[in-house]
Amino acid sequence: MRILFSAFLLIFGVTLAAQSPTYHLGRTPTPDEIKAWDISISPDGHELPPGHGTAKEGRDLFIEKGCVQCHGRNGEGGKAPTLIVMKGMSTAAGRPMPGMDMGIQGPGLMAAWSPFATVMWDYINRGMPLGREGSLKPNEVYAITAFLLFRNDVIKSEDEVLDEKTLPALKMPNTSGYTEHVAEWKHATPRLANYP
Amino acid sequence: MKSKKPSRRKFLSAGAVVAGAAAGALKTGNAEAQEGAAAAPAARAAAPKKDIKELIAYGERSRFVTSLREPSEGRPSPDAFGLTFHVVTPLGESVGSITPSSLHYIAAHRGFYVPDIDPKEHRLMIHGMVDRPLILTMDEIKRFPSVTRVHFVECIGNRSTARRQTVAQTHGMTSCSEWTGVLLSTLLKECGVQKGASWFVSEGAEEVKGASSVPLDKGMEDCLVAWGQNGEPVRPQQGFPLRLIVPGFEGIYQTKYLRRIKVVDRYYMTYNDYGHLQKDPKVQALTSQLGPKSVITFPGGGHQLKGPGFYEISGLAWSGAGAVKRVDVSVDGGKTWKLAELRTPAHRMAHTRFALPWTWDGKEVDIMSRCTDDLGTVQPSRAQVAKYWGEPLTPQFNVKGADNTIQVWRIKADGSVINANFI
Repeated sequence: MRILFSAFLLIFGVTLAAQSPTYHLGRTPTPDEIKAWDISISPDGHELPPGHGTAKEGRDLFIEKGCVQCHGRNGEGGKAPTLIVMKGMSTAAGRPMPGMDMGIQGPGLMAAWSPFATVMWDYINRGMPLGREGSLKPNEVYAITAFLLFRNDVIKSEDEVLDEKTLPALKMPNTSGYTEHVAEWKHATPRLANYP
Repeated sequence: MKSKKPSRRKFLSAGAVVAGAAAGALKTGNAEAQEGAAAAPAARAAAPKKDIKELIAYGERSRFVTSLREPSEGRPSPDAFGLTFHVVTPLGESVGSITPSSLHYIAAHRGFYVPDIDPKEHRLMIHGMVDRPLILTMDEIKRFPSVTRVHFVECIGNRSTARRQTVAQTHGMTSCSEWTGVLLSTLLKECGVQKGASWFVSEGAEEVKGASSVPLDKGMEDCLVAWGQNGEPVRPQQGFPLRLIVPGFEGIYQTKYLRRIKVVDRYYMTYNDYGHLQKDPKVQALTSQLGPKSVITFPGGGHQLKGPGFYEISGLAWSGAGAVKRVDVSVDGGKTWKLAELRTPAHRMAHTRFALPWTWDGKEVDIMSRCTDDLGTVQPSRAQVAKYWGEPLTPQFNVKGADNTIQVWRIKADGSVINANFI
């Protein structure tokens, strides 16, 4: 009985050890710190901050925030990559855009071609404007996102309000244009069966 | 003798490199003559830009060694906005299996400014689906048990094209370093990963805060939170002070300036992830993990052989799935293959140097190498891949996903070497 009890203690003890820290280094961030650092946006949009904006507001912000200086007045024709990818995809496809990754097929890289509108919101929020990244307020990000989605014909009205609920629910043109990762595939195994 | 002392001191204080002086001495065959007026101009020409004290403190290579990184396909880096894009390693002059940190290839999804991060201020936060979120300073990260491992990093855009003629241009977006850091699994266990977690998102501290989704099982297996590279701290262009290494996976996963890891239960579709999406599941399967792959780095595209005679064929082989098991080399256009010798230890997901002694008869010939990894997967030819997809093998045939096909170099009768993949 005593042996059995010891064995139980041992197993229980090992389980406990596996669940508690070993090295006790670092500190626990406060909920506010996590909130401030965590800019990840899942495709379901659950991390989106409260806020709202329309394409009409976004059109003004696009000028006010200096987006036009690199991307052109309507999101195209500037030194930086065009942001209007829904028009003329067939003619532009395959042509590398200035300054963009040449290993990737041109306009397909732009966030309007993403299967989720959250990707565009996330990128503008974390990566724009160049040199002042992270400076836009949530309402401004919603409005500029709405403007670019309007210019790409994803939303039909300049007055349509995008917020933390309506943005992730938008149906994007390329929703069926990608494949999810193969869940069964395991790293350190061959990439694709029967591939030479 | 006494009268010569001041002039010798003057000579040394001019900052002449010892090697330069020695070379000058060899030319004249008289060391004493170096101290005369005739030697002075040569000594000045040989003077390095830096003070000899600086050279002793942190050495530079000889001024006669000139191999440099260059922008991939000539795209300007920095560009009109001052952003750095893809810059390739000069593989044509590579030696051994380790890439000098200063010549490690650089790639950036949207282009980036190298951030100037004070390691005292840098923090790594781990949060999300963990029992105990954690913030760590660099000093704390270095107190964890460390590992040191040799791994390559390769960009998925690293592929031979008709426009790319040198081995730097066709294959220079792969580099290999000895990385030192703490296993990500050590840190994740410290935080206690919750049930149901399946991915993690890693994020950098640079201005665009580049982020990637990585499968959690890969993170628990062999991912490395690295602070050391080739015997010194990770270089700024490679992610100083902290870089995630995801061994064998395409370069975009190897998050530089690592500041945050969020444990999650789904693929997060970050901007980096999204740019690499594929429509065809088969093509998707041919991304993420790279290789097996190899390339002859000498003689390679752009080299010039000085007539018939003995040469050692030398190259690099690697696999994202494991270690290099063998490399075969053909010196008759792929008709027959010879087993090459591995010249460096075959580490997992690491460059391995191979070599084959060879005597060139001076006739035009196509040479190529073929890697087999320890899973038994063999590097394919373009013809085999075209056949798999049921497409004709033309110069325009584009290998889908990551391109690990065999590189063919043509040595012409005049000794020049060209890319023969697309002829």
